[in-house]
Amino acid sequence: MKFEQWNGFANGDWQTEINVRDFIQRNYTPYEGDSSFLAGPTEKTKKLWDEVLELYKKEHDSEGGVLDIDTKTVSTVASHEAGYIDKDLEDIVGLQTDAPLKRAIMPFGGIRIVEKSCEAYGRKVDEEVEEIFHKYRKTHNDGVFSVYTPDIRAARSSHLITGLPDGYGRGRIIGDYRRVALYGVDVLIEEKKQELDVLNVDELTEEVIRQREETSEQISALQALKVMASKYGFDISKPATNAKEAVQWLYFGYLGAIKDQNGAAMSLGRTSSFLDIYFERDLKNGTLTEEEAQEIMDHFIMKLRLVRFLRTPEYNELFSGDPVWVTESIGGIGIDGRTLVTKNSFRILHTLENLGPAPEPNLTVLWSTRLPEGFKKYTTKLSIETSSIQYENDDLMRITLGDDYGIACCVSPMKIGKQMQFFGARANLAKTLLYAINGGKDEKTGKQVTPKYEAITSEYLDYNEVMEKFDQMMDYVAKIYIKALNAIHYMHDKYSYEAIEMALHDKDILRTMACGIAGLSVVADSLSAIKYAKVKVIRDENGLAVDYEVEGDFPKFGNDDDRVDQIAVDITKTFMNKLRKHQTYRNSKHTLSILTITSNVVYGKATGNTPDGRRAGEPFGPGANPLHGRDTNGALAVMNSIAKLPFDSAEDGISYTFSITPGTLGKTEKERVNNLTNMLDGYFKQTGHHINVNVFDRSLLEDAMEHPEKYPQLTIRVSGYAVHFTKLTREQQLDVIHRTIHERI
Amino acid sequence: MKQEKDLRYYAKVHSVETFGAVDGPGIRFVLFLQGCHLECKYCHNRDTWDINGGSYKSLDELFYKIIRYKNYIFPNGGVTVTGGEPLLQAKFILELFKKLKKEGIHTCIDTSGIIALTDDVKEVLKYTDLVLLDIKHIDDEKCKELVGKSNKLELEFAKYLSNNNIPIWIRQVLIPGYTDEEQDLYKLKDFISSLKTVEKVEFLPYHSIGEFKWKKLGFKYLLEGVPQATDKDIARAKKILNFRDVP
Repeated sequence: MKFEQWNGFANGDWQTEINVRDFIQRNYTPYEGDSSFLAGPTEKTKKLWDEVLELYKKEHDSEGGVLDIDTKTVSTVASHEAGYIDKDLEDIVGLQTDAPLKRAIMPFGGIRIVEKSCEAYGRKVDEEVEEIFHKYRKTHNDGVFSVYTPDIRAARSSHLITGLPDGYGRGRIIGDYRRVALYGVDVLIEEKKQELDVLNVDELTEEVIRQREETSEQISALQALKVMASKYGFDISKPATNAKEAVQWLYFGYLGAIKDQNGAAMSLGRTSSFLDIYFERDLKNGTLTEEEAQEIMDHFIMKLRLVRFLRTPEYNELFSGDPVWVTESIGGIGIDGRTLVTKNSFRILHTLENLGPAPEPNLTVLWSTRLPEGFKKYTTKLSIETSSIQYENDDLMRITLGDDYGIACCVSPMKIGKQMQFFGARANLAKTLLYAINGGKDEKTGKQVTPKYEAITSEYLDYNEVMEKFDQMMDYVAKIYIKALNAIHYMHDKYSYEAIEMALHDKDILRTMACGIAGLSVVADSLSAIKYAKVKVIRDENGLAVDYEVEGDFPKFGNDDDRVDQIAVDITKTFMNKLRKHQTYRNSKHTLSILTITSNVVYGKATGNTPDGRRAGEPFGPGANPLHGRDTNGALAVMNSIAKLPFDSAEDGISYTFSITPGTLGKTEKERVNNLTNMLDGYFKQTGHHINVNVFDRSLLEDAMEHPEKYPQLTIRVSGYAVHFTKLTREQQLDVIHRTIHERI
Repeated sequence: MKQEKDLRYYAKVHSVETFGAVDGPGIRFVLFLQGCHLECKYCHNRDTWDINGGSYKSLDELFYKIIRYKNYIFPNGGVTVTGGEPLLQAKFILELFKKLKKEGIHTCIDTSGIIALTDDVKEVLKYTDLVLLDIKHIDDEKCKELVGKSNKLELEFAKYLSNNNIPIWIRQVLIPGYTDEEQDLYKLKDFISSLKTVEKVEFLPYHSIGEFKWKKLGFKYLLEGVPQATDKDIARAKKILNFRDVP
């Protein structure tokens, strides 16, 4: 391949094959300096951002926080006409529909969800669309429920397994949107045509037929992408010529994905240092200034802040605050030891200053102890000021994932363009433990949910007996869980295939079956109470264990105490191994996350009293966090406990949400920055995987609850994403406020 | 609780804070020892006074705990022992600091200095990289009134640190109406100027957050109604001292 658009780039394998990593490695300029080169917002940026803020306000004041819905046009890559915020001001163009913040309908995942969502916001789906999707076109949701078995249904409705993507898009697939900029769409289509040729084999097995069909769909999606871009007056069939085009081309790729799929998490990948190569070339050629470079990035980020999906209020209970997880992974170190931090890594973070804090894009710093000091200090400074950044351990992930992976959603690492996951929500292990005690009866309803197991009848719980029964119950849950996920992902592939995202992947990819655990710290503390204290069972008149009395003290997760931390480690490994025993759809690789997002609140709500003394209905700790108030040895003890959880057994990520008051972090800004930097170095050396960093005073949140209008941009990190605090439900706001905020008096 | 523990190897501990960022430089593991012989009216850790409270922890146990945080406290943090009055357990601190210094860990004591300079205390100071010296009150009479003890030992302690080249961060809790009188602040300034090893002077604004601890323990809070020190109060005191922090 040879393109004049590539002039000035170093040659390499990337010119003979689709290989973005090779392009980056041969062309990028590591940046070891500080943030002093950055430029503030231009007049154009300020004006445009003011218009966006005005739109936000209108959206906020609209019914249910939804400004408008296009109830007629079924959203696909090229479905809508061009839309603008303010055409003359926008460096980067493209909206999901023909107007900003107007939400699209995506009924391939499920028509009923679309109808319910529209109704919730006072709209009605167009009759023709309803007719098509009720009468003629089956959806993902229909597919799943047509094959669900009674045991799956029971486990699902009793909240043993929850949050399953059977009624909403699974997401967590990252297209390699950089390919659009580097190669142009025609090359990508050509590549896919060659793949079709490779798939022209003697035996047309079911597997090959499916692959051929998917590849054909990918080609159509790429063609549609060109049509979509042409509506904005761009021809993206050829590579991008300069930085502005590179950003625009890349964004079009992403825009195609978010027009095609209402996925739970629609992440961007690892794009900023890739784009830096274009910025550097233009800066060197004298065709671009730093102000202009920053302006392009600011405008790009504005677009990412406008991404919206139509979702039901119930969905909001699980994942509230309208998150879309436009996760961008920034920084890290290459396998050759050079930092992958570039000037553009700074620029993308600088948008938090130029435009103010925001939850999206989900800015994720891939932290290494070897990151340049200037970059470390800049990120921690921004964390302290905005609470908008999360950090993940590049030194840990690089071992298995190399240096061109990105984070999907919150904590799920995957090699860009070479790996995808089947998102599997999570199993409620706290409830599983209660089922073990009650022989499979639900502790709240008394209903026999699993096949009948022998219940525990003793007055005091015996550790060995509980462990034996818990082990059996985990066996059962693992089995049902994989059954459900296999059904879901079979149907998602069949009825709601992510053609444009997969078109930006290699032909042969690694698929993971990404399972999850909720309530880990509750289980660990409960088992610790049973082992180290005495736990008396309170039963109702039917003999159902409904409450527990703990006599004596016991070690609690989050205090760096091996006696209980080891229980958490063992449970993680055990459950993972149980999952591995089951055959997965498309031979996907089993993985596990310890992540709840904001659903720790609903899972807790659905779970009765637990043997650790937690009351029925109380939220679990988010992700791998200890239960609120159980950690009494300070923040680092919590970090050490969480860092013990084995990444090998939880490769899909281990989430920790950390909050601290500014005064506790240090007395001066300089001290705070240094302390947070050293803290992150320490946590990641300790092999922690992920951390959300929040720096605020509790009183600020309390004031924001009472006076939301004063805090339109107040952003906080919850499990794996960031959210406008004022968009959380009241329950979730209280949960955040009641959480441990490390504070020294 | 047995009383015949070897006090070189066991300490009465109130609690630990694994992330301390306001008690000395960098990230610090803060060890709160139990027991205090002063009766500071403004104390925000009233629960650390009782010498019979807390629980015994062994040297090995605490040392092992601290080592678990090495990754965080390097490069510029360390361990701060506070209380209560930590130097009441000097024998223990000596053994602990010896072990910490072997590991290259920075050691710090947060003390009132109102303590006799016994051989044990002097020995501890040989292994101490920094003393946070909480000057209770520069005026002896007012000091007795506020904390129940004369400040004589404290000022001697400070001079000893200075003469032995041990770095000091001077701290004083600024309590409106108690420690913020102009003449006292000038006196404090003179005293500090006479010391050679002062690296920093910090005013800690008085706050009543610790009040609940007094009430919880069934005691009357003695500074009821005293206003908290404001940023303005702190700025004023700083201005009077006009002492440049050595970074």
